[in-house]
Amino acid sequence: MTDLAVPVTTRKDWASDQDVRWCPGCGDYSILAAMQLLLPDLGVRRENTVFVSGIGCAARFPYYMNTYGMHSIHGRAPAIATGLAVSRPDLDIFVVSGDGDALSIGGNHLIHALRRNVNITILLFNNQIYGLTKGQYSPTSEVGKVTKSTPFGSLDTPFNPVSLALGAEASFVARTHDMDRKHMQEMFRRAHEHKGAALVEVYQNCNVFNDGAFDQVTGRATREEMLIPLEHGKPIRFGAEGHKGVVMNDQGQLSIVEVEGVGEDALVIHDERRADPGLAFALSRLALGPHEPTPMGVFRAVERPDYGSQMDAQLLEASSRKGPGDLAALLSSGTTWTV
Amino acid sequence: MTSTTESPSGTGRIVKTVDRVVIRFAGDSGDGMQVTGDRFTNESAIFGNDLSTLPNFPAEIRAPAGTLAGVSAFQVHISDHDILTPGDAPNVLVAMNPAALRANVGDLPAGGSIVLNSDAFDERALEKAGYSSDPRRDGSLSSFKVYEVPMTSLTLEACKPTGAKPRDAERSKNFFALGLLSWLYHRPIDVTIGWIVERYGKSPVVVEANTLAFKAGYHFGETAELFDFSYEIAPAEHEKGTYTNITGNTALAWGLVAAAQLSSVPLFLGSYPITPASDILHELSKHKNFGVRTLQAEDEIAGIGAALGAAFGGALGVTTTSGPGIDLKSETVGLAVSLELPLLIVDIQRGGPSTGLPTKTEQSDLLHVMFGRHGEAPVPVVAAKTPSHCFEAAIEAARIALKYRTPVYLLSDGYLANGSEPWRIPAVEELPKISVDFAPARPEGADGKAEPFRPYERDRETLARSWAVPGTPGLEHRIGGLEKQDVTGEVSYDPENHERMVHLRAAKVAGIAKDIPLVEVDDPEGGARVLLLGWGSTYGAIRAAALRVRAGGRQVAQAHLVHLNPFPANLGEVLTSYERVVVPEANLGQLTKLVRADFLVDARPLTKVQGTPFRVAEIEQAVLEALAELEAPSGGEDS
Repeated sequence: MTDLAVPVTTRKDWASDQDVRWCPGCGDYSILAAMQLLLPDLGVRRENTVFVSGIGCAARFPYYMNTYGMHSIHGRAPAIATGLAVSRPDLDIFVVSGDGDALSIGGNHLIHALRRNVNITILLFNNQIYGLTKGQYSPTSEVGKVTKSTPFGSLDTPFNPVSLALGAEASFVARTHDMDRKHMQEMFRRAHEHKGAALVEVYQNCNVFNDGAFDQVTGRATREEMLIPLEHGKPIRFGAEGHKGVVMNDQGQLSIVEVEGVGEDALVIHDERRADPGLAFALSRLALGPHEPTPMGVFRAVERPDYGSQMDAQLLEASSRKGPGDLAALLSSGTTWTV
Repeated sequence: MTSTTESPSGTGRIVKTVDRVVIRFAGDSGDGMQVTGDRFTNESAIFGNDLSTLPNFPAEIRAPAGTLAGVSAFQVHISDHDILTPGDAPNVLVAMNPAALRANVGDLPAGGSIVLNSDAFDERALEKAGYSSDPRRDGSLSSFKVYEVPMTSLTLEACKPTGAKPRDAERSKNFFALGLLSWLYHRPIDVTIGWIVERYGKSPVVVEANTLAFKAGYHFGETAELFDFSYEIAPAEHEKGTYTNITGNTALAWGLVAAAQLSSVPLFLGSYPITPASDILHELSKHKNFGVRTLQAEDEIAGIGAALGAAFGGALGVTTTSGPGIDLKSETVGLAVSLELPLLIVDIQRGGPSTGLPTKTEQSDLLHVMFGRHGEAPVPVVAAKTPSHCFEAAIEAARIALKYRTPVYLLSDGYLANGSEPWRIPAVEELPKISVDFAPARPEGADGKAEPFRPYERDRETLARSWAVPGTPGLEHRIGGLEKQDVTGEVSYDPENHERMVHLRAAKVAGIAKDIPLVEVDDPEGGARVLLLGWGSTYGAIRAAALRVRAGGRQVAQAHLVHLNPFPANLGEVLTSYERVVVPEANLGQLTKLVRADFLVDARPLTKVQGTPFRVAEIEQAVLEALAELEAPSGGEDS
């Protein structure tokens, strides 16, 4: 079948017949739409596409896709997807996860999938709250978060998913948000094209338990002054007519300045392909939370051999060195004697 | 050494012919006792003896030298006839230091022989071992034949030509001991010399030192006139065929490779290192030319998760672990029950609870694998009974998983994993065929749409659902841990559907009973009142005990279970036809509980949880006691 041209599809072909059951107004709807509208353009086949998820609101995503899918157990999707990706390099595998699923119960699997550079695309819907269990704080909730389980405010310092992914040796890390379909699609496309593990953090609004968490950054009225678009090879500027920009001091620290005061040449040029993740990491630390100007886009996209291809190469090499497996020879490979 | 004949040898010394001997090599965990035992075993296997081995080592890689905690031992039983166990007690103890003597001498029956390294018995070493006086001089060894050999100094002397530093040369002393015992039992020596070259070839000095020490030990036996006798043990009669000596873990790994070859389904192993299962990961990692993919996962959970992901993609997904790993994997096993995908979970049991006894054997995970999941989550269970049987058991477990699309537990344990025995290598044509049908692609209709695929439609006979793997056009579907609607596989919270699905999953597993052999009962005269029922690694000891009871003129029946869930279809009938069922198991009576619950039979456990296998005598004794009880005048309680 693969020698035939990929059939032309529309969003309808990629949507399953299941009623979507997220709360009305949930940010997940726009992410689902962005993905279903994008897939017809990616040149992929439905039968070769797999969505794997864990547990949580985001984890219902596979049910709504007319592809292969597995709604697995809490936090384990990256591990399950690793086994699938390594044994089936021909598939396009997406992992859909949330901040609790990926960063709390499944933190270990996430970091190891990233460092191994397994060929999967991980979408991390970050809404800074536990939605499915009705409103407890999450590993990305801000300190002092008052929820049902933290009536006096949460004590834990939150994870920054982009920083965490970079620290876990991720070869591709991006951030987008549920209010901008075009940007989401661009990030999903880039992540899908990336060979190896790609992580896309999606700021996603939970309108029931944490409404407006990202409004200061993603709201249409404030976006221009609060959202810092990252474009490879270009000076990092934002605000009306790009009046603000990002500069780096001799300590390697980034700060936001008025471009007029320093001149464009002083601005940091974004380089997502830099081997050293220092700049990407510094950018991930620019905003302490979604109430400060926040970078959006591809932080890092470097080439590194993916895990599955390397394993395939080892298999091939073993076969050419030892010949294809011969069961009778294996069973007689120890010291033998004949009676 | 049960029967003996004597004849003079050419050198004027007496050669005794014995039918069997049990030798235990004991030393510090750094002394190379496992290598020594393993080599002696190999020499014996190639010579044609039947044999059975029991390695016994501490969990610490290097416990403090010279202490009891650091003693490592390897027991091997060799004979001229079919044997079933590594022996209840050694006839010969080789002790490389006082700690090794002290830790093992209690197992040596009166009249047994001790070969000890006299160089190691200095004051400090005696003190470290907890001896307040020298056991060689205080009469505490008077019931044994003690042979004192200055192994360290003789090894150093032998290795002088190599120029190796004394500290390095001393490390060859285990080969001196091996050489000495090889002479004493007329073992072929070229096998070991060849092995030394192969094993240490990268370091010529080590090859030379080990070879010189080995030969020195051999020649010392011949010339020193310390021993009045040497011993011959004739080859055992084996079925015609080509043999190899194999451990349980190697046999299990090869069984997995074979199952993948026989079913033409690629093998994927997701595993996390754990004693005593890691050797399966090591072994399978070597066989990439068979298309075997191995992933050393970040944890136990990821190991089974990756295996399940691979199974979704059409692979034979396997994860290997021991009890602590089973605890962690339970959640994913439950998901596999719900997904109804093939998956093999291999549990090399060890002493528990918790970290327990990592290097010691136990059979205490049976109820865990039967029931250790939330919800009604039935999982078939297969248990290997001897080291070489691990090969067959792995193929059988894989067959069930692939045919019934279900997770299957395969149980082995520390004793089977590291123990070895001669194995007649089967011809590939003798192995069972495993046919696997993947669901075929569904063509699109005239409207460009395929009929909706129904992932939970079942085969009428097996109740297995189809295996529809990604990449197949027209079978796109979603599965998950939420309850499914029967047939369509859609998420369903309907109470009656849930009940139907619970019953369907149970019926699928129960139905496997139609597809497995009936349990065979060995009851030669047909008049036994007591049945010995076992499962797993107790097979050898139980079988040997039954033979001994019969040799004593009494009757006992014996049956052994390989399939523990479901049980063979005739098990209830078998159990109820005996007045008493005795179940020896290395736990507190787990199989006993199951058969009592299922069949309302008077089954009684014979339990042992000491990290070591049963002795034949312990089981023999239990049978004789059961017989005595049955034969005692009735009404004792009323009198």
